[in-house]
Amino acid sequence: MSGVRVLVGTRKGAFILTSDERRKDWHVCGPHFAGWEMYHLKGSPVDLNRLFASQTSGWFGQTMQRSDDGGHTWEPIGNQFTYDGIPSTHQWYDGTQHPWEFARVWHLEPSLSDPETVYAGVEDAALFRSSDGGQSWHELSALREVKSNLWQPGAGGMCLHTIVLDPNDPDRIVVAISAAGAFRTDDGGQTWVPINRGLQSPYELPDPDADVGHCVHSVAMHPSRPNVLFMQKHWDVMRSDDAGESWHEVSGNLPSDFGFPIAVHAHEPETVYVVPIKSDSEHFPPDGKLRVYRSRTGGHEWEALTDGLPQADCYVNILRDAMAVDSLDSCGVYFGTTGGQVYASSDSGDTWAPIVRDLPAVLSVEVQTLP
Amino acid sequence: MIRVRLPQHLRTLARADREVALEVDGPVTQSAILDALEAAYPMLRGTIRDNVTRQRRPLVRFFAIQQDLSHEPPDAPLPEAVATGAEPFLIVGAMAGG
Repeated sequence: MSGVRVLVGTRKGAFILTSDERRKDWHVCGPHFAGWEMYHLKGSPVDLNRLFASQTSGWFGQTMQRSDDGGHTWEPIGNQFTYDGIPSTHQWYDGTQHPWEFARVWHLEPSLSDPETVYAGVEDAALFRSSDGGQSWHELSALREVKSNLWQPGAGGMCLHTIVLDPNDPDRIVVAISAAGAFRTDDGGQTWVPINRGLQSPYELPDPDADVGHCVHSVAMHPSRPNVLFMQKHWDVMRSDDAGESWHEVSGNLPSDFGFPIAVHAHEPETVYVVPIKSDSEHFPPDGKLRVYRSRTGGHEWEALTDGLPQADCYVNILRDAMAVDSLDSCGVYFGTTGGQVYASSDSGDTWAPIVRDLPAVLSVEVQTLP
Repeated sequence: MIRVRLPQHLRTLARADREVALEVDGPVTQSAILDALEAAYPMLRGTIRDNVTRQRRPLVRFFAIQQDLSHEPPDAPLPEAVATGAEPFLIVGAMAGG
């Protein structure tokens, strides 16, 4: 019988939630790495039992973990992230130039074809790759040659938080950085271009349509159409039909176009999910109502999904890596909140129920569909 | 043997007991102890001192014989009681929070 495995990273440990294909009854396992900040866990699509995890601590820094048995046991792997060459500088809060300093791993993206290869997006923003199952890491440093002196940290730090791999072209990677924008390589990381044309940041940048500097929050893609990208920006929900060469706004009738995560339905490439947040200074849902919004038209027209979600006095946030979909026949959608709830829908978002209600603040949610 | 006491999170990470015993060649200094500790427990690399700069992480402290040795030079000899194993060298997560 098929099922799902939901990988949840929280401020104080990792949890693994499993269910069968009905997704009604759940088994909760954890906390793994109790007391550590688990920024992100993700499984290899090639070997479903191979999981990678980013484990951090304000005291003890960055460590990394790998499981080869679906999360039952874990082994520490390499945690040395050394910037290539002499670290360059980026813009600091006071306008001066500040050298790159490694802080933590925000996002892990296992290769679509090789279980030994995994990418890591880190703060200060850079992309690393491991080709030995996470034992050693090497920076794809050409990314930092793209006007990086103009990149600057947002409130959450200057992090590379999104890595989108093209299923048709292993040399094409899209990444996103706060607050620098989106970037793409078509040659496996040897060269990169900014892909921010069409983004508008009138409240955040002196030049509202600058090449770099935009605060991209997340980017999603449906594997059947790699050239179509959806973006949740600081403000604005955006769409590109040409692999990021140009973007246009599809916020439409959303009650707020501020938010963090964005996801695409597993079987309907034009069905997109966002969770509107009131504003950049009020990180909670508008009107205290937790609503996922779904567009079945690739943007512009959005419907509120509320059945099973709190519709009063709800003031949680949903972070950028905290929403995911499974690929069962009836697509499941999952998200976690800073209030420690993980909600699941087994019917594409029509109805929701909490899997757990009282975890530490949820940093990330990923889903594996099991055979 | 040098006795080194680990904080809880590093004990868990290293799957080690509260106190580990280490053989240290040459003068017993903070650097020599940490080199021996990281050789015995490679997963602790980067958790006590930075992987690149080798500097003590800001929220890690070194105590021994009721003294805070955190700000002593890393290559300065440690007190005799630590060098002989009479007293443990304590690696401590600093107080943080409120």
